[in-house]
Amino acid sequence: MGISMVQVLERLGHEVEFPMGQTCCGQPAFNTGYWKEAREVASFFVDVFSQADVIVAPSASCTAMVRNFYGELFRNHPKAAAAAAVSGKTFEFTEFLVKKLGITDLGARFEGTVTFHDGCHGRRELNLKEEPRKLLRAVKGLELREMGLCEQCCGFGGTFSVKFPDISTAMGEAKVGSIEETGAQYVSSCDPSCLMQIGGILTKRKSPIKTIYIAEILASR
Amino acid sequence: MSHAAQFDRDARKKAFDLRHRAVINKATTTYSTTVAKTKAAFLDWEFGRQNIRQRKWEAINHLDRYLEEFEKNARERGTIVHYAKDAPHARTIVLDLCRAKNVRKLVKSKSMLTEEIHLNEFLEEHGVKPVETDLGEYIVQIRKEKPYHIVTPVMHLTKEDIDQTFHELLGSPLGSSAEDLTAIARKELRQEYLTADMGITGANFVVAETGMISLTENEGNARLSVSLPRIHVVICGIEKVIPKLSDIPNFIPMLAVSGTGQQVSCYNTLVGGPRQPGETDGPEEMHVIFLDNERSRVLANAEQREILHCIRCGACLNACPVFRTIGGHAYGTTYQGPIGSVLTPLLRGYPGWKHLSYGSSLCGACTQMCPANIHLHHHLLKNRRNAVNSGAGKWYEKILFIGWSMVMRCPFIYGFGNFFGRMGQKMMRLLRIEGTILDPAQNWSKTRAVGTIAGKSFHAWWRERQEVNGHYKTSRPESHS
Repeated sequence: MGISMVQVLERLGHEVEFPMGQTCCGQPAFNTGYWKEAREVASFFVDVFSQADVIVAPSASCTAMVRNFYGELFRNHPKAAAAAAVSGKTFEFTEFLVKKLGITDLGARFEGTVTFHDGCHGRRELNLKEEPRKLLRAVKGLELREMGLCEQCCGFGGTFSVKFPDISTAMGEAKVGSIEETGAQYVSSCDPSCLMQIGGILTKRKSPIKTIYIAEILASR
Repeated sequence: MSHAAQFDRDARKKAFDLRHRAVINKATTTYSTTVAKTKAAFLDWEFGRQNIRQRKWEAINHLDRYLEEFEKNARERGTIVHYAKDAPHARTIVLDLCRAKNVRKLVKSKSMLTEEIHLNEFLEEHGVKPVETDLGEYIVQIRKEKPYHIVTPVMHLTKEDIDQTFHELLGSPLGSSAEDLTAIARKELRQEYLTADMGITGANFVVAETGMISLTENEGNARLSVSLPRIHVVICGIEKVIPKLSDIPNFIPMLAVSGTGQQVSCYNTLVGGPRQPGETDGPEEMHVIFLDNERSRVLANAEQREILHCIRCGACLNACPVFRTIGGHAYGTTYQGPIGSVLTPLLRGYPGWKHLSYGSSLCGACTQMCPANIHLHHHLLKNRRNAVNSGAGKWYEKILFIGWSMVMRCPFIYGFGNFFGRMGQKMMRLLRIEGTILDPAQNWSKTRAVGTIAGKSFHAWWRERQEVNGHYKTSRPESHS
């Protein structure tokens, strides 16, 4: 997953650095209401990444946390300015390619029918819709088939998925139903955590549909 | 049973009820399609949302001024204005009025606020018969249920269910058509209207400038409740006041589209007071009861005050995948869905109700649909933070996140944790305990497969690559410059 993203970026001629000290953006604690603990971890994140020119994340959810919620998390905090700087240069992978670099055709080839799941953070926090689709449409051999409920939540929701496992699973089942209706072989997304949820239900149902993170398609030749 | 335990139990029951899922999905899908079509007729829907937000902001942030302005203007035309601090106070005002005016029966149009204060049960206990006249509310009342949805009280029932209900309770023949069923209810209700002494309505908007009440409905039952009985009583929250009459045309289409996907609702009525000298019809008396019931506490909270901008259209419920999954009754509240999950803990306290703010994947579909542009899912986050800060969090979660924070700030231990996770998963699979009650991750694995953690981590791949390339760097924060 991460490897595919590095491959795509390096093929485009970018120098990729992976700070080995990185851990988490702080979202799990933030979403559960533990902002003090979230701030401690987010502060560590800011230190680790402050020197980068651009930060690209293989997750719309983590990107949304850093870009949209650090401002609130660091309000009146000595690190507010440093956090804002990091927020401003953090991009989701497909967003970086399409919006920042203006690239849609990566010369990829991938044989198969794919349906795309708009993760909630990508769709509603980062306002991404066409970016991943433009990239997928340019992939040779790939057929994109839209599902009816492409923008509906998969039910993951971080700690929600284990605090309310039944609601979360039932939401996932509705999502998977919509995916199955397309007859696609693969379901892709900008958010690995959604794919973990969707994949968990697909596997439990012994469905032949596979989950695949978007960079893995884009890195295929 | 605690509210949280009740929520857990009822939500679980509905989550895998496939009949329920099908009924609600059909209703919400029809709704979404209709709304999308009507919205497309707007030149600029986003402008409409900003417009509502602005007007509501003005009203809510100067609520004291507008309430007084309304009171003054309403009084001039003979309306009597009451203020109720809480539910018992509001109920007492209504009952006192009933006793003073010898009211034995009253008709009601749809009002969630009367649900909030449990008015019907209270009146019945005290010998006054309340009759719901909105068709959906009427069905709910005769079935002795609670409304399933703030706008669509019987969204969970099919035509066949209602046919069955009418057959059992009103003696109508089975197999009646929708038109027949409506006619049956109409006939029953017409008799009630003619013998009612009081009409109770809510208010969609309360106009300060003119001292008027604005009512939006589709059945004409609200205007009949206003005009036929000799006393008209309005009960509404203090947040319903808007400054000007010219605000009304801005709100009404937004409410109609978001509520039901109509361009405009069938009946929109402005009520300006009781019968005036020289007029031949209308009620002899009109009362307006403003209810606080902890709303002023929300008003004092600058960060979350915008929740009072809500116009109760129900769009957030229809858009919410949690609502679609568990249905309206599982919430155990007057207001269901996202607005209820934000508002209930604010009005009734975090200790009993914070679970509702956690019962959401924070997907934001509610915020996207809200015509008042209230950032509902961000308020869920704020509720969660406030619940934790007020000491209402769970003790083990606190310990968990303190530990988590320590690990996340120490990459070495984090790396070790990843290694441990790999080993752990192999062990669990070897011992076949994945998904059983021995599995520490059973809340995930009981219903979902666990993805296999990659054999080699990205960290390991990267480290090897750097070593091969000969420029291995340690990237601890202090050395990463």
